[in-house]
Amino acid sequence: MKYNEDDLKKELETKEYEYGFYTDIESDTFPKGLNEGIVRAISKKKNEPQWMTNWRLEAFAIWEQMKEPEWANVTYKKPDFQDISYYSAPKKADPNKTLDDVDPELLETFKKLGISINEQKKLTGVAVDIVIDSVSVATTFKKTLSERGIIFCPISEAIQKHPELVKKYIGTIVPQKDNFYAALNSAVFTDGSFCYIPKGVKCPMELSTYFRINQAGTGQFERTLVIADKGSYVSYLEGCTAPSRDENQLHAAVVELIALDEAEIKYSTVQNWYPGNAEGKGGVYNFVTKRGLCENNAKISWTQVETGSSITWKYPSCILKGDNSVGEFYSIAVTNNYQQADTGTKMIHLGKNTKSTIISKGISAGKSQNSYRGLVQIHSRAKNARNFSQCDSLLMGNECGAHTFPYIEVKNKSAQIEHEATTSKIGEDQIFYCNQRGINTEKAIALIVNGFSKDVLNKLPMEFAVEAQKLLEISLEGSVG
Amino acid sequence: MDLKEKLISSFLAFENQVDVDAFVHGIRSKAIETFENKGFPTKKDEDWKYTSLTRILKKDYTVFPKQENDIEYRDIKKYLIHDIDSYKIIFIDGKYSSHLSETTHDGMDICLTSAALTKPKYRLIIENYFNKVATKDSLTSLNTAFSSEGAYIHIPKNKLVQKPIQILHFSTGNEVATMLQPRNLIVVDENSHVQVIERHQSLTNNPVLTNSVTEIFTNKRAIVDYYKVQNDNQNASLIDNTFIKQKQESICSVHTFSFGGKLTRNNLKFFQHGERINSVLKGITIVGDKQHVDHNTLVQHIEPNCESHQDYKGIFGDNAVGVFNGKVVVEKEAQKTNAFQANNNILLNDKAIINTKPQLEIFADDVKCSHGCTIGQLDENALFYLRSRGIPKKEAKALLMYAFANNVLESVKIPKIKQRINKLIANKLGVNIGFDL
Repeated sequence: MKYNEDDLKKELETKEYEYGFYTDIESDTFPKGLNEGIVRAISKKKNEPQWMTNWRLEAFAIWEQMKEPEWANVTYKKPDFQDISYYSAPKKADPNKTLDDVDPELLETFKKLGISINEQKKLTGVAVDIVIDSVSVATTFKKTLSERGIIFCPISEAIQKHPELVKKYIGTIVPQKDNFYAALNSAVFTDGSFCYIPKGVKCPMELSTYFRINQAGTGQFERTLVIADKGSYVSYLEGCTAPSRDENQLHAAVVELIALDEAEIKYSTVQNWYPGNAEGKGGVYNFVTKRGLCENNAKISWTQVETGSSITWKYPSCILKGDNSVGEFYSIAVTNNYQQADTGTKMIHLGKNTKSTIISKGISAGKSQNSYRGLVQIHSRAKNARNFSQCDSLLMGNECGAHTFPYIEVKNKSAQIEHEATTSKIGEDQIFYCNQRGINTEKAIALIVNGFSKDVLNKLPMEFAVEAQKLLEISLEGSVG
Repeated sequence: MDLKEKLISSFLAFENQVDVDAFVHGIRSKAIETFENKGFPTKKDEDWKYTSLTRILKKDYTVFPKQENDIEYRDIKKYLIHDIDSYKIIFIDGKYSSHLSETTHDGMDICLTSAALTKPKYRLIIENYFNKVATKDSLTSLNTAFSSEGAYIHIPKNKLVQKPIQILHFSTGNEVATMLQPRNLIVVDENSHVQVIERHQSLTNNPVLTNSVTEIFTNKRAIVDYYKVQNDNQNASLIDNTFIKQKQESICSVHTFSFGGKLTRNNLKFFQHGERINSVLKGITIVGDKQHVDHNTLVQHIEPNCESHQDYKGIFGDNAVGVFNGKVVVEKEAQKTNAFQANNNILLNDKAIINTKPQLEIFADDVKCSHGCTIGQLDENALFYLRSRGIPKKEAKALLMYAFANNVLESVKIPKIKQRINKLIANKLGVNIGFDL
């Protein structure tokens, strides 16, 4: 075949691309787009072993074959996956920036949440000149943890230092081919947390509470893997009550929990990403796959407070594989303005005497849509399985919507399943009662909402519960009256 | 040739056979097109996730069964609620049987769809009501395309129909396998009241597939009580599509009793166009063997101050499969809606399966909506209590199950039906107790 101008053009194009692509390894941000090269480059950047690279490539190949799911009760403009940069190093603090440069509205919110000045600086990307407490605190705690044999580090570090653990468990609960976003995450995840609690160890502190400042700034494709070995206990906290003005439009995280025999994992999330402005412009798409596996007598408990993101698509699930295992799901989802949330849980009962509890509270205001979508599945081997589900919705105004889509599939006669759902609004009489006692309407609503969500707020670790309560208040500000 | 192709190719023959009235002709042609595009629903359709028609559709059904039969009153007597004086519209293999029926034109029309579709005096009603509330899904469209026969009931203003109306569809099994598509239209005008009992029954064990569509219109302050008795033999399958459009202050209640049949699918859809409407949906399902019963309900609340009550009880034994898919939609304008939905199930066997999906979609804030669903077993303590008082196990169990289903029966307004259902329940549970305590 003759070599012609077109061929040359083509070659030049690819060449340039290759070139651009190599230089970018050295720099901090990759070019936009996703292909096998990018996946390899991320893996190389992270200095990963071959098996990890292969695992990512496998996921990428699967992802290419998949289509975005459309069954969720949300409508949005689909993100263009070729218009995203899949790797960027965490932003460095600008040394000349001071708190005065920060959006005063944001500072006001911090004040309301009661966040310390140091944390505020860190969160807004202001350089901190004094040695902040949290760093030293972090190191002290790291020492306590390692004394007990607890491994708690970024997952990229774990891939280097504890490859045997990562290799054994990664993708076992959420396989690469699980769904569109899980496949995408498996191919391109840049960081996340890894946690291993050895046999019989009770983790002495709420993991990540003390580290949450350090954790800020992790990429949009997080991968978390928590392994609780036999008889251990851990409480893990993720997220932050502070509003994080993240620029990333798409977040596709994967969380895998493994509770071996007699272990217990408590996983709490507070999510308050940018929900878009009052007109529904902008905002984060939050497409998360979270799943936990319970072996015999193990327990996994998910607690979540979802107030941010313009689109939420999230179903923390429990696979109750072992006998006598327990799964719990406590959720508050608040949507305001044009937010849309489709969230819920899956409880898959495989073992005997397994129990699950689902408490979901949805609060919709403005023009938002809030859906609960859940599955309770009792397999034929699961004797004496027990499930209790309760989904309550609170509507504010007649322009929002609340939806419930529970799926219940039972294949064993000894199962006992209860599901109930209610929808209500804040009664005028309730507000009147508060007004009468000198509580203004805004405060009255906060009070009633807090009462409505109490069952779930109670499940949060103490430090977060207080902040979460205030967060609910702020999220619903101006939605009534 | 599969059933879909067969149906589409027989459409032309069918069109030539019936009177090609321009108005209905247009609707039919459009409907067959819709069916051709959509085909039969599969498990990939969200609404059919738990119910597969594949096995049912494999049979070679005769679409136009032979019309010879020698069915006499004594053959069908036991299927009638015969002790009560009633109007009867009886069809045998889809064909109206005049010598068994008892219809009327005296002040109201209780007659046939075939007459209504062709005679000019019904033209206005047909234009205003026919196919107006039926949705355009594939099975309903299929029925619309082949709609020619069924019950036509029109009750004018301010009329209390003294006797209940029985609509019975029999199949003789003259053919190896028969497919029937009855089409019923019921229009009840202002302030009128009517009670209807519907039943599909095959007289032999040859397979039958019935794809029935009923449209009910309850105008201002009208009251309709509708009872569906489904106790066919184990080779008969029924897809029942019922659509109800209610105007203000009307009350419509539909009771569905599913005891028989191989596969029973009930699509029951209520649309409330007006204020202060009440819709009642109740059902008792008791099945065993390899029976499959699927209840798919929708209540659409469109205007303010309306109510709906749903209560479905199910008892599933052997390898039976039960599906409940209930949906309540409350639209933005429908403030002060009061919607209630309950689905309670008992599983008697480890091979029996229940899939339930009660949904709420709410767009208005000042509403009272709740749903609940439970799956469980008979209470051991209650069972022990009864047995300790000398009631044998089987009877004790039956009593408990009867009690479980009873609050659906309480709202049945025709005492004879209640008796009949009690008897059917006793039969189904294999005990010999009169439940009329």
